Amino acid sequence: MSLKAFHLVFVTASVLLMLGVAGWCVSQYRDGAGTIQLVWATLSVACAAALVVYGRIFLKKLKHISYL
Amino acid sequence: MEIPYTVKPRPDTGLYNAKVGIWLFLASEVMLFGALFSSYILLRVGALDGFWPDVATAWPHGLLNIPIGTFNTAVLIISSVTVVMAWAALKAGNFAKFQKFMMVTLVCALGFLCIKSYEYNEKFTHYVIRLKDGTAVTGHLDIDGHSPRFWTLDTVTAKKLASVKVHVDVPNQFRYPVGMKRPEVAHEGGAHAEHAAREIKTSDITFLQAFVPATGTFFAIYFTMTFLHGLHVLGGALVLGYFTFFGKKMWETDPERLTNRIEVGGLFWHFVDLVWIFLFPVMYLL
Repeated sequence: MSLKAFHLVFVTASVLLMLGVAGWCVSQYRDGAGTIQLVWATLSVACAAALVVYGRIFLKKLKHISYL
Repeated sequence: MEIPYTVKPRPDTGLYNAKVGIWLFLASEVMLFGALFSSYILLRVGALDGFWPDVATAWPHGLLNIPIGTFNTAVLIISSVTVVMAWAALKAGNFAKFQKFMMVTLVCALGFLCIKSYEYNEKFTHYVIRLKDGTAVTGHLDIDGHSPRFWTLDTVTAKKLASVKVHVDVPNQFRYPVGMKRPEVAHEGGAHAEHAAREIKTSDITFLQAFVPATGTFFAIYFTMTFLHGLHVLGGALVLGYFTFFGKKMWETDPERLTNRIEVGGLFWHFVDLVWIFLFPVMYLL
């Protein structure tokens, strides 16, 4: 597996982490934490979306490099 | 004697040797961290919440600084992006661009380690104190305006202090009497909210210890895993730093070999960052 392929795995894991953090923030809000948790959740989802966009750009730019 | 297959793929594996080598090494690293994560799970499922009744086996929540942990996660994600960009710059034949991206990676690595050191220091000056009335408090000691590290009740007794001033965590989710149900955790700031000073008589204290590995299973596994991870960050940064500052000669004589070395270094760096992607939610959030 090349660095290109491993980087895609890493970006995927990061996206999942960001979505997980967003879910955790929402659960904290439901447990009585302040509305700041909703702000953090929104920011986490935005980061996840940004990482997806980055992943697509990365794939386009390095399409000539092998996955092996 | 020339080292074989540093650039060309080996016919039987289809890869250059260093790539096979790094993946074998990463497989052993997976086993190392896998064993530690397994230990974490076993300790976690067998533990109770909070510091009561047993400080050694209980599982405290809210004692790690989540904003700092989140920031460190972002720092490592950025460093992974820049290490790939550095490798791509070499693929495109641009050594100067490679150096620029790699410098950003090294700054991120250094930043991560500095922030982690700050976090460690914060824990070494943060105490759990149990009193004779069965309650427990957490907070920072204030000895003549200083916040000492690594103190125990023996230290306080040896210094013949009649009382200690403690900046108690407010709201203190861990202060509750024997046999009482754990109260609702107050979320506004958790253990890092404003501190109220309180004088506690030494004669009233039954247990006093900073948040060090010996404090309990949570801090033992926290320090073991994060310190081991920190050593990997340091090792990776040293290797990548070497290629950044001393790679010019190899670039001029054998550019493809340097590119492959950076790919191998980048694979290790990604693995280290991936470990943190798992460590962060496990240690800070769950």
